[in-house]
Amino acid sequence: MPSLLTLRNISKQYGSVVALRDVNFDLGAGEIHALLGENGAGKSTLMNVAFGLVRPDSGSIVIDGHQQQLRSPVEARRAGIGMVHQHFTSIPAFSVWENVALTAGWSISRPRVAEERVRALAQRIGFDLDPRSRAGDLSAGLKQRLEVLKAIAADARILLLDEPSSALSPADAEQFLSQLRSFKTMGIASVLITHKFSEALGIADTVTVLRRGEVVHNGPISTTNATELARHILGEVPPDRLRLAAAVPGDVRVRVESLTVLRQGSSGPGLRTATMLARAGEVVGIAAVEGNGQRELLRAIAGMAEAKSGRIDVATPVVLIPEDRTSEALIGDFSLAENLVLSQGGAAPWVRGPWIRWRQAHDRTAQLIESFGVRAAGSEMPARGLSGGNQQRMVIAAALERRPAVLVAENPTRGLDFKATAEIHDRLRAAAGAGVAVIVHLADLDELMSVADRIVVLAAGIATEMPTGASRDAIGRQMLTGGG
Amino acid sequence: MGVNPAMRSLLSAAAAMGVGLVVLALGLTLSGYDAIAALSAMAAGAFGSPDAIFSAVLPRAIPLILIGLGIGLAFRGGALNIGAEGQFYAGAIAATWVGLVVGGWTIGWGATWARLVTVPLVLLAAVIAGALWAAVPVILKLRFGVLEVISTLLLNFVGEALVSWMVQGPLQESKHIYPQSDLLPVAARLPQWPGTRLHLGLVLALLLAIALWAFGRWTLAGFALRATGANPVAAAVVGRINTRRVFGLALLGSGALAGLAGGAEVSGTTFALFQNLSPGYGFTGIAVALLAQLNPLATIGTGLLFAALEAGASAMQRDAGVPAIAVYVVEATIIIVVLLAEANRRRVALRAAGGEA
Repeated sequence: MPSLLTLRNISKQYGSVVALRDVNFDLGAGEIHALLGENGAGKSTLMNVAFGLVRPDSGSIVIDGHQQQLRSPVEARRAGIGMVHQHFTSIPAFSVWENVALTAGWSISRPRVAEERVRALAQRIGFDLDPRSRAGDLSAGLKQRLEVLKAIAADARILLLDEPSSALSPADAEQFLSQLRSFKTMGIASVLITHKFSEALGIADTVTVLRRGEVVHNGPISTTNATELARHILGEVPPDRLRLAAAVPGDVRVRVESLTVLRQGSSGPGLRTATMLARAGEVVGIAAVEGNGQRELLRAIAGMAEAKSGRIDVATPVVLIPEDRTSEALIGDFSLAENLVLSQGGAAPWVRGPWIRWRQAHDRTAQLIESFGVRAAGSEMPARGLSGGNQQRMVIAAALERRPAVLVAENPTRGLDFKATAEIHDRLRAAAGAGVAVIVHLADLDELMSVADRIVVLAAGIATEMPTGASRDAIGRQMLTGGG
Repeated sequence: MGVNPAMRSLLSAAAAMGVGLVVLALGLTLSGYDAIAALSAMAAGAFGSPDAIFSAVLPRAIPLILIGLGIGLAFRGGALNIGAEGQFYAGAIAATWVGLVVGGWTIGWGATWARLVTVPLVLLAAVIAGALWAAVPVILKLRFGVLEVISTLLLNFVGEALVSWMVQGPLQESKHIYPQSDLLPVAARLPQWPGTRLHLGLVLALLLAIALWAFGRWTLAGFALRATGANPVAAAVVGRINTRRVFGLALLGSGALAGLAGGAEVSGTTFALFQNLSPGYGFTGIAVALLAQLNPLATIGTGLLFAALEAGASAMQRDAGVPAIAVYVVEATIIIVVLLAEANRRRVALRAAGGEA
């Protein structure tokens, strides 16, 4: 295959941290190239170099055989590169066609023409997008497709996709990735940044693995497998995780009966009817596709959403690990010690009357950093400066520090790499082993099945407890069709 | 790194002032003024003599520091109080009224006793009035979701209009000629340093600055305030803080401080209420707080800085014929430079934290 994009000997250093060292990367025409690596391995930095967002310290970029200096995203777009970020970059109040026209630089003096052009393009690439919908009203899956549509409308022949499936439900992710495959016939090549081996193995032609800023593996996908990829990513064979012996479930800590909770910010019911128990010493998994009432159920158990009807009894203290680390679980500008003080409230040992003894809070933070293996420069470091995995380690440390009777975790492994994910699983199991009632929702069903003792499926706001030994297929079916 | 935050914001403010003065000098030269003469008049007016310092700069710094502390309190709690001007006037009206009434009762008590009773009541009335003036936006926000930026701003006009009516109506001086109040009796006046216009309000402002600094740094309530301002969602979810309550109290406290500034101005400097009592203290106070990066200790420094600039500006107008309004160029330039420096510092900090999400 002729090379469409070549990054040659790219190096980039931030202060004393080497983000990329002498990286070579080749993207062939019509190819899907998976880029794997742990958080902090340099994947995003490399793609930001290709998109003109980051200037490399050395190295060159060759597009279609011509050496290019990409000084900005505008120049990258002109060179035929489109980037699909993890976050939504459209204007919510604009319609789909207006957003496309804005990015592609089309004239909007004749709205009908632009609208038709967008409709035709969406049809051609198989996206079910109505050009007149307001971008802000689209579902997560359609928002993602709008981002791709914008890039293609701007004549991108190279798509850089940063974890495109992270916000999608499993079924939708599958569909999206198969659509990505169909772009190959249009001569569009894609780089797929992902954490998930299954995605890479399923649709990519080629794979490159980065570790600590260096390429450790590159080759066709057909000659590798999940075990080998895991070894490349982690640098060693991941140890078989010990599943801690589940303690015998103890007293009932959470009792929910016929609970109904309204969806936040709307009048419709988010949780229609849920009846469930959670006992000390067990992990109860909540399986649900995004938006099926899991948020309302978990928040109600954590005492942060009001029940419309039904009964709910929860032992205290109940501690919530909110889904959004950076906006709900931590204050980015605050130091780790300040974040610990925030989470522990007025009952903490460093609070004396109205005063806070910071020395004591810093000492305790330093101990937690040590015992939870948080990679941080110290308790003075702002939370913003930590990687996602390390932020989550700190969040869990703070949650357990409150000695909860009930621990509620909303998708606590979102966006984390393999190693951090496994560690979070272990922490949740260990908490249950120590007698906490753990209720957890994970977006990934395989993950959830490996962590939970029991699984409750929520579909369209209706809860169903799955019998012990239920198969993955049975649970998946219940998630999609259940509820009636 | 080793420099503490209060020091750093003062250093950057000083550097920004340098830039501001250069811009002013250029502007003056281009418009045909003698820049050197104008700037030396300004310097002389700001710190050329003991009189400039003790009667022009320091008295002006008192309301600016008090209001700046109040704005800092509100902003740190996430309440954007743009209404210090109105709260200042509310405090000034209440102080005038209480001063005239209570001052009347205490006649014949002996100077010391009369003052010990009257002055605290005057200041207390100012504090309460300022807080009540701020209570309106608090209720509007918490009950009806009205943005405090808008309600506090609009209440400024109401405050000004109220003063204007007061000094032509209920509080007009006894001869009913001039649009101002009677002079406060001596019992209602804050003690002045002999031979200067500097009054005891300065000590009050300094003590409050230290107290507010300690509050934010060492107390749980102050921490809740900072957390609410930094990220209200995380403060509520993880910190289980009642952020609506914190917001309301921060805005009330802010109003109380602005009200105190109004009371101290009437009781310590002007001894009477009149229209345009404030030359925009409520707005300059925002700049004072922002320039101090909301740090109460740094607010002392930035309050003095703006007081010196404005005192210098008056002298510049008097002695060099340059309109005092030109000093706004310096003030605006300082704010822009500091904001740019801050934005840049954040970007560098983010970069240093690494490009990876």
